[in-house]
Amino acid sequence: MIWFYLTSGLFLGWVLGANDAANLFGTAVGTRMLKFRTAALVGSVFVVIGAVAGSHGTARTLGRLGAIDALPGAFMVALAAAISVFVLLMKIGLPVSITQAIVGAIVGWNLFTGRPTDLKTLTQLLSTWLLSPVLAGVIAAGLFLLARSSVSGLKIHLLEVDGITRSGLLAAGAFGAFSLGLNDIANVMGVFVRVSPFPEKTTLGPFQATSVEMLFLLGGLAIAAGICTYSRRVMLKVGTGLAALSPLAALVVVLSAALVLFLFGSPDLQRGLKALHLPGWPLVPISATQAVVGAILGISIVRRSAIRTKALGDILLGWLVAPLLALVIALVGLFVLQNVFELPVAAGRVPAAARTSPPGR
Amino acid sequence: MTLLFGRTRALEAQIDQLLDAISEGCLVFEQGIADYLRPDPEQFEKRLAAIGEYEHKADELRREIETRLYRESLIPDHRGDVLGLLENIDNVIDEAKKTLWQFAVERPEIPAELGPGYLDLARAGTQAAQHLVSAVRAFFRDITIVPDHIHKVYFYEREADKLADRLKRRIFSMDVGLARQIHLRYFCLHVENISDRAEDVADRLSIYTIKRTI
Repeated sequence: MIWFYLTSGLFLGWVLGANDAANLFGTAVGTRMLKFRTAALVGSVFVVIGAVAGSHGTARTLGRLGAIDALPGAFMVALAAAISVFVLLMKIGLPVSITQAIVGAIVGWNLFTGRPTDLKTLTQLLSTWLLSPVLAGVIAAGLFLLARSSVSGLKIHLLEVDGITRSGLLAAGAFGAFSLGLNDIANVMGVFVRVSPFPEKTTLGPFQATSVEMLFLLGGLAIAAGICTYSRRVMLKVGTGLAALSPLAALVVVLSAALVLFLFGSPDLQRGLKALHLPGWPLVPISATQAVVGAILGISIVRRSAIRTKALGDILLGWLVAPLLALVIALVGLFVLQNVFELPVAAGRVPAAARTSPPGR
Repeated sequence: MTLLFGRTRALEAQIDQLLDAISEGCLVFEQGIADYLRPDPEQFEKRLAAIGEYEHKADELRREIETRLYRESLIPDHRGDVLGLLENIDNVIDEAKKTLWQFAVERPEIPAELGPGYLDLARAGTQAAQHLVSAVRAFFRDITIVPDHIHKVYFYEREADKLADRLKRRIFSMDVGLARQIHLRYFCLHVENISDRAEDVADRLSIYTIKRTI
């Protein structure tokens, strides 16, 4: 039964792989610079590495928002987020993200169980939704200008530019997949951290993994499965749908999104910044999809090419609709779990049927 | 770096060899016309053989480059443009070879006073072709200077038009009979075609350059 509860997290990981990871590689595959098979292989391997190296920081941020302490509750929160993203992104086509959906679902759990929602954490999360695409756009615009002037200034042969871009896309894609695993594993498995079914220590050949690392490894494999089985369609759509991108611009998009994911996901970077007495970034799970869209828009502004304002509108709509839908699904789902299946959705919260049972039973 | 660019360097070298063959072939064309007008039949035959070799080499290189670009899926966003460019610049040397062969086959009798006119026309065409080759090289390596070369192609093409017009007027003002007048004009048109082919490629190159800069 314990393993059944994890399936919603695995489904969430699969959705993340099929969409956010696909968005990361979409521009490279869409511009035909990388074959899907190469992108899927590199993406899968590095997303798993990133997930296992996983950012406990981003998971802690989600934990502060809502300390889900019962497996059935965690199951429904993950399922609500996965369903809302699946419906909105895969069926309706809004560029929503698991990041937004999981926040909505956790707030739904808080409301249902009567636990307080940490407003400071919520504000931090909401502000990064705005900040991450803007930051990706600014980084992309700067990198694009730098790359363009380097190509013309250094008089690099067209074929060499092609070779450099191809290798760069592979390296940036690997970095992006690693950062995605690092940052977004919290979205997939964060709600299960307190209720992990794994033992404290698991031996995997020469390695020893903690309970959380095993959880993150499982989540990473689910993301990889999403990349391998369903991401091709999304990649081709992103690569050709939002704006006509040159391979060089595609490289800049992947790199910018990867940098932003890393910036908000790496505890090492945060420690390094603090050691240099620089302001640290909050470790917050962010949306790779929206970082990619932000980066593409940043390049479009620099190139003075037409910006599809609908893309901007869709992001804003996504910020509103995804968490709300996940919240509603979570509320309904938790109600059903507690009152129909008589399962505890939070520690110390006894199902109604159990409360009415005669004493001594 | 050698490992990373080993394959592309070989292809770059092939593109350079193709452009060299076209450039040298066009210079041989100009020398061939000069030899025919001098007249120096022995040298003319050598030029004829040489331009045939250059044209053949250019064809072979173009096919190899096209195959490699497709087989190795290189420059996916500019592949079509580059293939169009290479096929069309190949037409310039094809035209030069065809014209020189027509001189060899039909042996037009060119009056001595018209000789300099034909030679000037051939020189203008060759100049247009040389600047076109420079423009194509720049397209691959330094796109910012492509327009500098393209405007020179257009300049020599306009020069060739003026020279051809003057030559045709002189031909039809001479008392050599209509059949010979038409024959002489026919060769004037053929020599003029070299600069026209160069202009066609320059037109394409202008568009490809704009596409690469936006």
